[in-house]
Amino acid sequence: MTSRSASRAADRTATRKNGWELFPHRADTGVRGFGSDKHTAFEQAATALTAVITDPQWVMPRLAVEITCEAPDLELLLVDWLNALVYEMATRRMLFSRFAVRIENRRLRGRAWGEPVDVARHEPAAEVKGATLTALEVARRTDGLWVAQCVVDV
Amino acid sequence: MDKTNLSQVSTVEWRVEPSGAMRVPAIIYADERLIDQMDDKVFEQVTNVAKLPGIVKASYAMPDAHWGYGFPIGGVAAFDPDRGGVVSAGGVGFDISCGVRSVLTGLSRAEIEPFKRILADALFAKIPAGVGSTGRIRLGGSDMDAMLAGGARWAVEQGYGEAADLERVEEGGAMPAARPDQVSPRAKRRQRDEMGTLGSGNHYLEVQEVAEIYDTDAAAAFGLRAGEVVVSIHCGSRGLGHQIGTEFLRDMAAAAPDLGIALPDRELACAPIHSAIGERYLGAMRAGINCALANRQIIGHLTREVFAALFSKARLELLFDVSHNTCKVEEHEIDGGRRRVYIHRKGATRAFGPGHPDLPESLRPFGQPVLIGGSMGTASYVLAGTAASEARAFSSACHGAGRAMSRHRALKQWRGRQIVDQLADRGIVVKSHSSRGAAEEAPGAYKDVDAVVEASDRAGLARKVAKLSPLVCVKG
Repeated sequence: MTSRSASRAADRTATRKNGWELFPHRADTGVRGFGSDKHTAFEQAATALTAVITDPQWVMPRLAVEITCEAPDLELLLVDWLNALVYEMATRRMLFSRFAVRIENRRLRGRAWGEPVDVARHEPAAEVKGATLTALEVARRTDGLWVAQCVVDV
Repeated sequence: MDKTNLSQVSTVEWRVEPSGAMRVPAIIYADERLIDQMDDKVFEQVTNVAKLPGIVKASYAMPDAHWGYGFPIGGVAAFDPDRGGVVSAGGVGFDISCGVRSVLTGLSRAEIEPFKRILADALFAKIPAGVGSTGRIRLGGSDMDAMLAGGARWAVEQGYGEAADLERVEEGGAMPAARPDQVSPRAKRRQRDEMGTLGSGNHYLEVQEVAEIYDTDAAAAFGLRAGEVVVSIHCGSRGLGHQIGTEFLRDMAAAAPDLGIALPDRELACAPIHSAIGERYLGAMRAGINCALANRQIIGHLTREVFAALFSKARLELLFDVSHNTCKVEEHEIDGGRRRVYIHRKGATRAFGPGHPDLPESLRPFGQPVLIGGSMGTASYVLAGTAASEARAFSSACHGAGRAMSRHRALKQWRGRQIVDQLADRGIVVKSHSSRGAAEEAPGAYKDVDAVVEASDRAGLARKVAKLSPLVCVKG
């Protein structure tokens, strides 16, 4: 992907109600998802995670992977969800572009659709090492929109 | 960084006196220009670390410090286990024992110049780099545990490199007290196919020319001669280290309330050294260090194979191998006595001074080689630990240029192709699987490494020995 298309993708989606963006961190990158409910915000944050690596539009949602996690609170649940995706990407050598999340009582059941990494087509910029607790927030803003975000280590 | 809360001690030292919950002062080593460019988040993080239980003397930031997670990158802090001291997964970082290995080739620049592109292609083909790449070794079960206990020693036993390499690796190539049984099955699974791979992001393998010598005696002892070629490898513990960091950062945050630790911010997640989770982390983290040492040993061996195939005269000798992201037990002079403390170095290099018993005899009179990676296209440096360094920051120095600009901003400013072409015009061959990756790692996105090294030298953290200029860069 070219640098411009990456930043355009982030700018475009950030203005919508449901969407995602990358936010700057000096050494690494922040991922932020927005949504009318927390499920959507988690799904969008996952798309932002993919955008750290490649343009999500370039990843075909051909194969599905099931993910479940559980945490003492919603913020750690976001970290667990993103880290579960990092683990699946690393061990399956896949990238994901479509996500479905259900959260009930601090338990998350999710599904991620994607395909194996194709270096020539995806031109992955960097692997994500893990989601951090920095700038970690899962909250409903005053305008009613849910935000799920944290810095990821690149 | 806003300087109003700093008091200037010297041209390269700034101090924040303890206030509020700070238990010790914070000390930042940098010249005024580096301080001006430094993120305000460094101030916040270096003072937050000063609030942690059991911290000793001061919370330090090196001249290349920038915003990390919990600890600043370029942060150094020591904790006393008998005074409630803690260990922090964020204080070590996700890429446990990420570091630099520099190898001498005995070749002159003139000898490799005509074959530079062939050499770049051969290294790029031989050493797996970038997202999704796998090594040729597949590790599992007891072999994985043997690697996690044995580090570079294990790699040499498997035929990667020479026994003589080991004295030029920190801890003699194997970190003691590693506990492979404390490394989760998921971390081991993540590493299964990743031995001998560079990774991505700011990781690289560079062929460099010794461009300038500052300390003739030390350079001679290190085997550095002007005009000769060295190879530097920057990478770490790959997926295994990342997974250990991920799991313990999260588990320490979740456990903090039960452990009675009040954290100024959740990102400072830590646990008492004398606690079950603290001890489990230390055992796993040390296994992660061994994974990084083995990984760099294997990549060093692959590099030797490439050079041997192209240059019959090449004799690749290990100069040294340093780690940047560690927590190690060391004895230091504190308040007039020797004490054993747990030193966190997050994006900082150990820099033992002359005479230190842990250094091999051949290097002991000169101090430990401190290998400073630049950014693609800028200089790298070899420094040596000084006698003064122990009192400055527990024998620690900077680790690299440090980012000056986020990946986000770098992407808006540069295109990968443009960066690769500009470097080619300067005679530097860059090999990368990703054009976007090259843009994110543009030299302009980093601080001025010359200024960082100069400040380290003037602050007495380490002294300059030689400057290295890039000829070939294989990007991770």
